[in-house]
Amino acid sequence: MSASSPTLFLLGASHRTTPLELREKLALTDEKMAAFHGRLSGLPGLREYAVLNTCNRVEFYGVAESYDAIERLQDEFCGFQGFAPEDFARIRKHVAGPDVIRHLLEVSSGLDSQILGENEIFGQVKDAYASAQQLGTVGPILNRVFQKAFQAAKHVRTETAITEGQISVANVAVDLALTIFGDLSSARVLLVGAGDIGEKTAKAFQSRGAGSLTVASRTLGRAMELATTFGATALPFEHVAVHLGQYDIVVCSTAAPHAVIRHDDVVAGMRKRPALPLFFIDLALPRDVEPAVAEFANVFLYNLDDLAKITEENRAARAAKVDHARLIISGKAEQLWRQVEPQCGGLYPAPIAPPLKPSEQV
Amino acid sequence: MFGLTDRSWLWIAATFYLAAFVLGTAALRRERSSTGAVYLIIAIGFLCQNAGLYIRGLAVGGCPLGNTFEIFQFTAWSAMVLYLVIGPAFRLSLLGYFTSMLAATLTAGSLAIPAWDATRRVGIFGGNAWIEFHAALALFSYGVFALLALTSIMFLLRNHSLKHKNLSGSFAFLPAIRDLDLIGLRLLGAGVVLMTAALAVGSVWWLRHPETVNLSKLLTTVAIWAAYGVVLSLRITGRLIAQRLSWACVVLFVLALLSLGPVNSSRNPLPTAGLEATP
Repeated sequence: MSASSPTLFLLGASHRTTPLELREKLALTDEKMAAFHGRLSGLPGLREYAVLNTCNRVEFYGVAESYDAIERLQDEFCGFQGFAPEDFARIRKHVAGPDVIRHLLEVSSGLDSQILGENEIFGQVKDAYASAQQLGTVGPILNRVFQKAFQAAKHVRTETAITEGQISVANVAVDLALTIFGDLSSARVLLVGAGDIGEKTAKAFQSRGAGSLTVASRTLGRAMELATTFGATALPFEHVAVHLGQYDIVVCSTAAPHAVIRHDDVVAGMRKRPALPLFFIDLALPRDVEPAVAEFANVFLYNLDDLAKITEENRAARAAKVDHARLIISGKAEQLWRQVEPQCGGLYPAPIAPPLKPSEQV
Repeated sequence: MFGLTDRSWLWIAATFYLAAFVLGTAALRRERSSTGAVYLIIAIGFLCQNAGLYIRGLAVGGCPLGNTFEIFQFTAWSAMVLYLVIGPAFRLSLLGYFTSMLAATLTAGSLAIPAWDATRRVGIFGGNAWIEFHAALALFSYGVFALLALTSIMFLLRNHSLKHKNLSGSFAFLPAIRDLDLIGLRLLGAGVVLMTAALAVGSVWWLRHPETVNLSKLLTTVAIWAAYGVVLSLRITGRLIAQRLSWACVVLFVLALLSLGPVNSSRNPLPTAGLEATP
């Protein structure tokens, strides 16, 4: 490996080392991104680069001719964002050679995500690559690395099923509704109460295509406010029991000290829809729905504990699949590195980041 | 056909159905979907079963429904036709797996009991094509009820998993409970319509020739038809739903299957040894 040949590198910061308030400062908006690309285009020694900018990470994947070029990129970025270089040095991830490929594969597969195995990141990496292609900042090395990374990420997702099983309470509730109704496009959702978690759950139902949403709160004004936010309908709280039979999914999150959905309400509601399932998601504490309603045929009741248990099971199941995923990634990364090493193995395996000067150490 | 007897083809078909079931079980244990592979294996098994039934049909000069063995084979064949033709439209995961289990049980079970195929009734249709049509239609409705029993079992499993909050493992592959209910309702309706049509066609003959009517067979068939009719009306009016409806459909199908033997008690039996050698 010649020291004069370029090196494949990664420089950036992610949720692993960077708290939210710092990530906010590092994030590149669309306008900033366009301006920053302008500044990087003439950076000496930077042959290729692509920027992955999401709410959880800002990462530069690149091919540089020297350490200096990487340092210049870092200085440029910190200067552009008004971020102290020594602060960035504390949180940054800076690797080279096969570790870059391994990291990109882990990111694309969702292994490095906050929510393990989430799918969104794959699209974000693809967007980052497409944008770099449009700007003409990627060349033969990054083209190969990204394209192979996409193939490998798809393979990992198919082979290990790390994406299966939702791990947020709101998404678990939506998944449960899917196992009951199959398709949510005609499902009528009633949100009882205006608790934060209930709101998130209602939002999750909306984003997954629920047919209609109605909001009921003890304060009609609050119900109307929420209904406006969601583009939903407001229902006076005292009408909930009477209209229960009109809804398929009832999400409860009131702060009431007692149950607001009673056994008799459900008896009356199910008379209007005996053959149709009714799904209660009780996110309140104390509980909003009397537990006895779960005994009815076609009535399904899940409370916070039930959802948390499923969330935890999903999390554990995914974690068990991570080792398998890492094994696959390791093999794929090695294979890909062997292909690109002759073109960009210059600085590897020498230490890629020169040690910080004593004055820079924190 | 290819030097194989009808029973040899039917054994091969049963083996394929069993293979589909084994593959489906293995995939479930590994928490993987195997719908495509199961469908393909079932389709190959179905072709083999067609060959076997075709040879048997040529030998007996009509629809092979002359003994318990043939009736079980035809019921499995009907369920398979339904699964292969309309199954993909249902988009029900695991339906193929459950259908292969049922078909393997019916075909291998009937092949494994030689007494069921030792004799067969002759002239059961009296040379009348309408009676043959009646019999085929009635047994086809049994195929529909077989699929209904399978979707009912799937409903019971899904309902159990939802009620007991156990959604991981194999349960994760079960279809949505609402989809199962809707498909169950359609199958129940279709089965009742087919059986009604079968009885209507048969009744024309029976009214003209009451002396040919086997009373116990007629009563049993009408009882099964009436039972399914009652279940359908109770479901439509919302008085029999969810797990009770599913249990009713499973129990009724088991009773219908069990009644096939006695109903088919022959009056003019002939040995089938000659048929077995039919290439």
